[in-house]
Amino acid sequence: MPLKLERQENVPLAGLIAAPFVALAVTLVVGAVMFLAMGQDPVEAFRIYFIDPLGDPYTLQELVVKSCPLLLIGVGLAFCYRANRWNIGAEGQYVVGAVFGSWLALATHGTEAGPWVLPAMLVLGAVGGAAYGLIPAFLRVRFGASEILTSLMLVYVAQLGLDYLVRGPWRDPAGFNFPQSVTFDAVATVPLLFEEGRMHAGIVIALVVVVVATFVLGRTLVGFSIELGGSAPRAAAFAGFDERRVTYGVFAVSGGLAGLAGIIEVAGPIGNLQPSISPGYGFTAIIAAMLGRLHPVGILVSSFILALTYIGGEAAQISLRMPFDVTRVFQGTLLIAILAADVLVRYRIRRVEGVRHA
Amino acid sequence: MLDTVMIGAVLASVVAAATTLLIASLGELVAERAGTLNLGVEGMMIIGAAVGYATAYSSGSLLLGTLAAVLAGMALSLVFATLTIWLAANQVASGLATTILGLGLAGLIGASFVGTRLDAAPALDIPGLSDLPILGKVAFGQDAFVYASVGLLVLVTWGLARTRIGLILRAVGESHAAAHALGHPVRKIRTLAVMFGGACAGLAGAHLSLAYTPFWASDMTAGRGWIALALVVFSAWKPLWLLAGAYLFGAVSILQLHVQGFGLGIPSQLLSSLPYLATVGALVLISAMKRGQGAPASLGVPFVPDR
Repeated sequence: MPLKLERQENVPLAGLIAAPFVALAVTLVVGAVMFLAMGQDPVEAFRIYFIDPLGDPYTLQELVVKSCPLLLIGVGLAFCYRANRWNIGAEGQYVVGAVFGSWLALATHGTEAGPWVLPAMLVLGAVGGAAYGLIPAFLRVRFGASEILTSLMLVYVAQLGLDYLVRGPWRDPAGFNFPQSVTFDAVATVPLLFEEGRMHAGIVIALVVVVVATFVLGRTLVGFSIELGGSAPRAAAFAGFDERRVTYGVFAVSGGLAGLAGIIEVAGPIGNLQPSISPGYGFTAIIAAMLGRLHPVGILVSSFILALTYIGGEAAQISLRMPFDVTRVFQGTLLIAILAADVLVRYRIRRVEGVRHA
Repeated sequence: MLDTVMIGAVLASVVAAATTLLIASLGELVAERAGTLNLGVEGMMIIGAAVGYATAYSSGSLLLGTLAAVLAGMALSLVFATLTIWLAANQVASGLATTILGLGLAGLIGASFVGTRLDAAPALDIPGLSDLPILGKVAFGQDAFVYASVGLLVLVTWGLARTRIGLILRAVGESHAAAHALGHPVRKIRTLAVMFGGACAGLAGAHLSLAYTPFWASDMTAGRGWIALALVVFSAWKPLWLLAGAYLFGAVSILQLHVQGFGLGIPSQLLSSLPYLATVGALVLISAMKRGQGAPASLGVPFVPDR
């Protein structure tokens, strides 16, 4: 029974919204099979993984805290992916942002520096991430080197650089040789939103970014040039939009937001600089961006869902002794499912009469 | 004295490091010449390493382990093929998904084997030749994977350039519409090419966990899949250049280890980052010189037959 795909000219909005939910359902089915294969009771595992975290006020806060970096990075990546530029090195830009911002925290450590420190750190973090993101952009524009591979290679370089700093010059001398910096001063720490819990001011920043990004992408000429450059590069060129400027712009925005996420995480929930400051946020945010349909509000929802896979993974690790890799399997399956579900939206599947090869 | 034994040992480890890269990049080259950019090499390689190790450890047979690794890489490549070739999904995103899924599955499979060890795949000395000074052991006293990588290189070079299948595969990669109009089954050919890439990545993973470092560690591929992808660009899609690239990168990654051993006061992290920096440098250099020449014209473009 040969089937064929037929492109739909007008993609129905209902389909665009339904696709992520179909993908989620498929992921849950695959997850159930995986739990069975691991000898776990799927109902019990799902309860621990996905239901329990939503019922507990503490983990609910933790969910919001974990979704914050995913949201910031994911919104930045939406700029890139809409323009058909493939920055997959957000993890590295996140690390460099954290390092740039932390430099100020360490330089002012133990001094009388005032409340200007934290804002300056955030700016430095964003600048650092943007600068690091501009490297693959420059290499692409100037030399035509694939931004996919260069941005990814720079992730390893950034992580090794961070490792060097916290084991070498930036190590806390009174830290019993642990590879970590001193704990940041109060003026260099992202304040908590409430007395209790772990919700911090970075979440407010992320929400502001969502609002601004929604406006820029949806209502401005800049957003239009990004969209057009991605979907119809020749038309964009004829319309006078400069392809190179778009490349630099989207990489600066996504690198900057990843860097901001990095410094917020380090100056917030973590509190100092350590060799490992991310459980792969930069890569998970790629999934958040795709699942959220490259729309800031959609990414707001999807980053919450992906944060749930982190929290659930930690819970399952403790109570079911399941390896943390279960989370990666969920995330990978989710991305595969959303990519497949997209086809159902963009194409009609028809049966073909008679035999014809593909 | 930096004697001949020492030099021989260093060269032999360069060959071992290069072999992983050569096998994986040969597979990816075939997939790309057919027009599909599969960024899932890292994932297919690590699932090969995990499944290969688990099978070899449980069965006691390296051959069985290697076969299982090849099949595992191929199975994961089918996920990518289904998404991109049959469902016309974006190739970059699908490749990333393949890598993420592969890393996760490999972690699950390998979890119960952490801390175990295997006897590495034995060196197969070629009688007479392996007794030659210095280069004897380097060229003729290696494990089966090294010989297989050379065989694979010959097969791919000859197959792409001199056979009918190779010609059709290249036609599909250059212009899928024209190949389709001539009656070639574009999507089937691409699927087979991607599966070949998956098999090679799985084999490269088996080389890692069964011969090069005969144990399982999570994330043990450490970006080698990505470097293999970069090597394909570096080679300008010509198999013989992969040989040069793989050995160059093998040398960089081994030499930085030895420099770390000497302890010249250079931070070890800087040395460890050299292979990645060299990859960026090589990509820039080759892109600046060639400006995209040599890339298959239909690379990365999904094919949806209109009739």
